[in-house]
Amino acid sequence: MASEIKQGTLELVNHLPILQVITPMLLAPLLVVLNNKTLSWLLSFLGTLACLFISFLLIQAVSDGSIITYYLGGWVPPIGIEYRIDAANAILLFLISIISVIVLIFSYTSLHAEIPEEKHTLFYSCFLLCLTGLLGVVATADIFNVFVFLEISSLSTYVLVAQGAYLDRRALSASFNYLIMGTIGATFFVIGIGYIYMATGSLNMIDIAERVSQLGDNKTIQAGFAFIVVGMGLKLAMVPLHVWLPNAYTFAPTVVTCFLAATATKVALYVLIRFVFSVFNYEDSFVNELFFLLLMPLAVIAMIAASVIAIFKQNLKKLLAYSSLAQIGYMLLGLSLMSQKGLASSLVHMVNHGFTKAALFMSLGAFVLNTKNVYIKSLRGLGKSMPFTSAAFVIGGLSLIGVPGTAGFISKWLLLEAALETGYWLVAIFIIASSLFAVIYIWKIIEVLYFSESSDSYNEVSVLTLLPISILALFCIFLGINTSFTVDVANMATEILFK
Amino acid sequence: MKHHLILKVITKFMVGVIVLFGLYVQFHGDYSPGGGFQAGVIIAAAFILYGIVMGLENVQKVMPIWFAQKSAAVGVLLYALTGVFSIFFGFEFLNYYAISPEHPKHGQHYGIILVELGVGITVTFVMIAIYYSFAGRTPRLDDKEW
Repeated sequence: MASEIKQGTLELVNHLPILQVITPMLLAPLLVVLNNKTLSWLLSFLGTLACLFISFLLIQAVSDGSIITYYLGGWVPPIGIEYRIDAANAILLFLISIISVIVLIFSYTSLHAEIPEEKHTLFYSCFLLCLTGLLGVVATADIFNVFVFLEISSLSTYVLVAQGAYLDRRALSASFNYLIMGTIGATFFVIGIGYIYMATGSLNMIDIAERVSQLGDNKTIQAGFAFIVVGMGLKLAMVPLHVWLPNAYTFAPTVVTCFLAATATKVALYVLIRFVFSVFNYEDSFVNELFFLLLMPLAVIAMIAASVIAIFKQNLKKLLAYSSLAQIGYMLLGLSLMSQKGLASSLVHMVNHGFTKAALFMSLGAFVLNTKNVYIKSLRGLGKSMPFTSAAFVIGGLSLIGVPGTAGFISKWLLLEAALETGYWLVAIFIIASSLFAVIYIWKIIEVLYFSESSDSYNEVSVLTLLPISILALFCIFLGINTSFTVDVANMATEILFK
Repeated sequence: MKHHLILKVITKFMVGVIVLFGLYVQFHGDYSPGGGFQAGVIIAAAFILYGIVMGLENVQKVMPIWFAQKSAAVGVLLYALTGVFSIFFGFEFLNYYAISPEHPKHGQHYGIILVELGVGITVTFVMIAIYYSFAGRTPRLDDKEW
């Protein structure tokens, strides 16, 4: 410290971890000050592009297993806040950044149909704050900082979900439900942090991990862990705590639904993973047993029950929301297997499902732009009149089912392998059963799209709307063929997490 | 509340005192209890008191909605730009030594004042904006209905 006082020694490259987080944070208030609709879109788009570039540099820097640390304000941890980028969070930073870029391209055309123009600036500002929160949660290595960023992202998410009220007033109650549940979750989480701080006297993850291992069997730590699991369970929509999710996804504007479905729940799951492996000791019996006795059955219930419910839903957004719940079950299952392969499958599925679900929600959004209706009957014959959007939807659907050659196949295969490797045959059967249910509800939509006659004819959506949809669909295929990006980074991440 | 003469006179007197106390808390926040958040709440309380007693229209003449919204954003910008300033001079984000490298203690002092000012501005105007959005929703009561 003392040697650096005279002049700064850091190059711009050293600042990448913080630039990742503050780029959208700086832009959000700037948009409000400038208050220009077109300019706000342009600035948010450029900002998210910058985020994408930064996350790309970061993922390149850490893909060899190295770790980048950054001390905020120059204060050395455990006193100061530390940002710590390794393979596990670099991959999520990349996912969040790229999804935000794609979603913003889509919003340029779709937002006009959903939100009055005078609200656009504030919408983009809120979106950027949400992005800041999600990126911050992932980047930081300070548990209280995790809570702060989680609240930044959650509070802006509530606002974003409520914006659906211009089309359907039920968005307000959905958002309010989410607010209540999310706040309870955040409260549980912060109580958990309080317990940990009480027992260890530290907020830095690495520091806590050392002190926890010295404490041994400590009831305070265990209570803290329980609170954190429940709090994050609420945020990531673990099955008995999921009731906010279907309505929030259904009534939010399409742009918001795409963004949330692809990122928000994954970030909460990432926090859980980070706490299990980097803060607590995953080998401790209370951590292990909690996952084996509680989270694994819940994950299996989510996979089966949510898929069955999805089959009977006529509202397509709700159908996809329930399918999201089932997919969260896969990710949770991968984590609760407590093996390297299981965790890797969980991380890969986060990325793959992010692209898949964003592709599905976005192409559904494009249908809705034309038909103004989210019910399954309205899609009749759209396979002919909107061929490209329908094709993207089919690709997303195949990836959701897990057909070979698509992204979903890779992560489900890894999960199956992990389940068989650890000897859970029954779980493996449930994974396949859940995939079969996915075949039913996706086929139901494809049948309506391609094999029924339509009374009205619609034009294909504009190129600018089609561009982000096709990018996502291409990613669904690309990640199914070239796994070097996802699987290798995830393997590196699990090695770091398991140490 | 047109006929509450005493309330109105006292309010007019108190608003200035409250704002002054708010500024005191703001600028002594680095050495004594207080700081940006507390000061922001106190200053906002002055405007809210004025709004309650004199009516929403009157306080919005002094403090328009658009001004409250933009100023709240300016406060956040001030905070963030203080951090970015350090980055430009080769220090970590929010490292206040960058502000005065020859006198590190002064740097810390100025840095915390700037950041607290940003917090204070944001909190003041966010509180006012929240008051506006709640107060603007209720149907106006006539004086006779009190």
